[in-house]
Amino acid sequence: MPDKSDLPQGTLDLLILKIAALGPVHGYAIAQRLQQVSRDVVQVPQGSLYPALHRLENRGLLAAEWKETETGREAKFYKLTRKGRTQLEEESASWQRLTQAVSLILRISEGGAQ
Amino acid sequence: MNWLNRLLRRGKMERQLDKELQFHLDQHASDLIARGRTPDAARREAWLALGGDEQVKERCRDARGTRWLEDFAQDARYALRGLRQHSGFTAVTLATLALGIGATAVMFTLIYSLLLKPLAYRDPARLVSLHGYSASWNVNLFGQQNLAYLDFLDCRRDSRMLEIAGSVFDSGTISRPGDPEYVNEFEITPNFFSVLGVPPALGRTFTADEDRAGGTHSAILGYSLWRRRFAGDPGIIGQSVVIDEKTYTVVGVAAWNLRVHDNEADVYTPLAQNTQGYMRNRRAHPVTTVARLAPGATLDQASAELAAIGSRLAAQYPDSNKERSLIAVPLGPEVGDARSMLWLLLGAVSLVLLIACVNIASLLLARAVSRQRDWAMRIALGAGRGRLVRQCLTESAVLGLGGGTLGVILAAVGIRPFVLLWPGILPRAEEVSLDWRVVLFTLAVSLGCGLLFGLAPALRVPIRDVERTLRSGTRGAGGGSRRLHMALVATEMALAVVLLVSAGILGRTLLRLSSIDPGINVQNLLTARVALADSTLADPEKTQAAWRDLLERARRIPGVEAIAAVDTVPMRQGSNQIGYWLTSAEPPENQKPMVLANSVTPDYLKVMGIALLRGRFLTDQDRAGAESVAVIDEVMAHNAFGNEDAIGRQVWIGLGSDPLRVVGVVRHVRQWGPASDDQSDKTRAQLYYPFAQVPARLVRRWSTLMSVAVRTSGPPLGIVESLRQEVRGAGGDQVIYQVRTMEQLAAATLAQQRFLMLLFGIFAALAVAQACIGIYGVLAYLTNQRVPEIGVRMALGATPGEVLRMVLRQSMGMIAAGECAGIAAALAAARVLSQQVAGVQSFEPLTFALVIPLLIVAALPASFLPARRASRIDPMRALRQD
Repeated sequence: MPDKSDLPQGTLDLLILKIAALGPVHGYAIAQRLQQVSRDVVQVPQGSLYPALHRLENRGLLAAEWKETETGREAKFYKLTRKGRTQLEEESASWQRLTQAVSLILRISEGGAQ
Repeated sequence: MNWLNRLLRRGKMERQLDKELQFHLDQHASDLIARGRTPDAARREAWLALGGDEQVKERCRDARGTRWLEDFAQDARYALRGLRQHSGFTAVTLATLALGIGATAVMFTLIYSLLLKPLAYRDPARLVSLHGYSASWNVNLFGQQNLAYLDFLDCRRDSRMLEIAGSVFDSGTISRPGDPEYVNEFEITPNFFSVLGVPPALGRTFTADEDRAGGTHSAILGYSLWRRRFAGDPGIIGQSVVIDEKTYTVVGVAAWNLRVHDNEADVYTPLAQNTQGYMRNRRAHPVTTVARLAPGATLDQASAELAAIGSRLAAQYPDSNKERSLIAVPLGPEVGDARSMLWLLLGAVSLVLLIACVNIASLLLARAVSRQRDWAMRIALGAGRGRLVRQCLTESAVLGLGGGTLGVILAAVGIRPFVLLWPGILPRAEEVSLDWRVVLFTLAVSLGCGLLFGLAPALRVPIRDVERTLRSGTRGAGGGSRRLHMALVATEMALAVVLLVSAGILGRTLLRLSSIDPGINVQNLLTARVALADSTLADPEKTQAAWRDLLERARRIPGVEAIAAVDTVPMRQGSNQIGYWLTSAEPPENQKPMVLANSVTPDYLKVMGIALLRGRFLTDQDRAGAESVAVIDEVMAHNAFGNEDAIGRQVWIGLGSDPLRVVGVVRHVRQWGPASDDQSDKTRAQLYYPFAQVPARLVRRWSTLMSVAVRTSGPPLGIVESLRQEVRGAGGDQVIYQVRTMEQLAAATLAQQRFLMLLFGIFAALAVAQACIGIYGVLAYLTNQRVPEIGVRMALGATPGEVLRMVLRQSMGMIAAGECAGIAAALAAARVLSQQVAGVQSFEPLTFALVIPLLIVAALPASFLPARRASRIDPMRALRQD
């Protein structure tokens, strides 16, 4: 089993928005999806998931709806609002810029600058 | 879903949160079971992975963003429960606060309505009034100058920056329909209503065709006259009324709130129909103006334009307009003396409110100290300190808002009676009402007060030594708390001293002023203004004859001992100040000494009971054509002639061309009332000259100002009806109005002092009562804290008498400290009073000397009760306690 890393500060919101962008999804499914997609590399604290969902809902980035699952139980499904989509685009772009910049710096130091 | 919605649907949200987390746990568990775990192990693993459902829930609640509100609601519920439990404490607190805040709200309302609220006209910031300006004119003495009618017409024609309306004040008699009655008449230009932006309540304004000499006689009625005389009948439009023997058709009724310089007119007539001589004289300035700035124009531009018009007029008409310019002044409310009164009362009321706050703070503090162990316990159990402080403040904020709401209700009920109590006429009284801005402001103040008096207890929330507090028990009041308590009580005493001394000073002032001899005999003396018939006034000869006839007939009324005509009655509003000089060379206007010149008939001295000091008074021989004479008072004799004999000397006052020869000197009369007569800005010198010698061109003007003064043998008001009948005259349209006894006039001059003394007296009584409650509460609490200590002392042999003295000493310390601070503050308060209220002396040692024992006497019973309780402590029980 590979080492698990903690999620960098503030990225949980971004990941949740990204998953919700694919279609209405309930909390447990988000937790599952995060775990699968990150191939167990990233440690997703389940305890932080729900406060984050409620915060995003409170900020109007997510909208919630009670619907039946395929097993017939009622669950709270989250989906992205228009405001959430804008936020997602902005945050992904800034994440891309940041990671590019960081990897650039790393490469320079590997190249033995100065 | 907004936060309020979320707050209201809190229960539902909690249930949904439960359901959501339960769904997560169930799904996770069933996944784990599918992978081969036992159901029990699966549920446990799922629960651990989530990290404990209660903790997650708590964090979700925080994420909702309404946490503070939920806490607040909880705190408020807790506070209300606590207040209900201590119903006695709550009742006292709310009552004191309600009184303090109610009184403050009344003052705020008055200050807002009178001083701050814009005039009730459309866009009042764009309104100005125009005035004449010349360097030699004493604005402080006479107020702003009005305009000459011809100058006004020129301005109106030439100004591009201003739309100017004019009005001339006149008086008249409305005689039909109904009884003849004196009316205030405003002659106005047709644009008067449109410039102010206050359309008539009924009917229309004047047309340009009516505003010309010889136009149709049309009248607009004032709202109050319409309600009073015509019972508010809308059918009045088109009817005719007779004013000054001329028949007018009523075309409109003015709006209820229309005022010109705080006067409401009874009747409006077209200005240009007034064709009297002064309307064509550029030296006479009868026109009051109001103007609206044209769209886009500024006050500066308008002023520049007026200055240009003024200098052109000065060049064109040097005789009348030389060195005379024109200025524009923003139109504001005119409230006169009310301003200083209001600030003074607001100051007093704030002191009362402050005392209420301090009182409540000390009572709350006493409760807080006894709750310290409870708090320490809660902190030990994990409550945040911030949370406890917030809870403390919430409690006092609830008290503050509760008291504030009660106070606003009190103010809403009390504002009308208070306005009626106001001495004299309160300016803008018709506009006074409880306004939402005032209510909001008051509630903010009460909330502020709540937080202010919650601060002291909140700071008592333990920060360190939680453990020690827990162990030491409830009796652990430290010295810090005791000192704070005593400081609060001393503050209350100090504030009470300030109010008590102020009330005392006002009371003594009133006593002193009442005993001052006004120079006349005020008993059995009636005064009334007289409006002669308009046709009579047109002819000076006839006017003089009408006055002689009127006095002759009135003298025969049973109960009348003597009667005289006079133009300015002492102690009544209005004065006739004029410059005088002693050699034939007339000095410039602003270098002349001033005198109150009073034209009277010969019996005036006898009617008023003024003492003759030298020479003679005026007689019937001092008539037109005879030598012009005058009688002066002792003040003028001293000012003008020093120690030399005044009899036979000459005085010029510029009414006629001849000088007046002084024939007598009389005792000074306090024209301005006992209080104001000594003020340095008042003219005191007096001069009497015969009405029979008033130059013919002035007789009409003088006559409209004249009153009769009647010396009666019995109660003066008993002759009013006979006087009214005798005065009515041949035409049946001569009326008396403003009927007052001299005693009423004298009392009215002290009305301000009396009113202030009454209010300060009430405030001081409230303050002393609250200070006593404060002393009692704090002493009871402090003594209670000391029960074990007193028990030990008594067990060691202290007698009850010694314990009693010990507690009383403690209270005397607080009282003495409070009084010392209070006296220092009261000295400052006395200075303010002496500057703002006529007749108050800034230093009244006797008042100070009286207040100190008075407060001690009031405070003693409040300290005695707890002291006696302490002296009766059973030492054995005290030691076992706790």
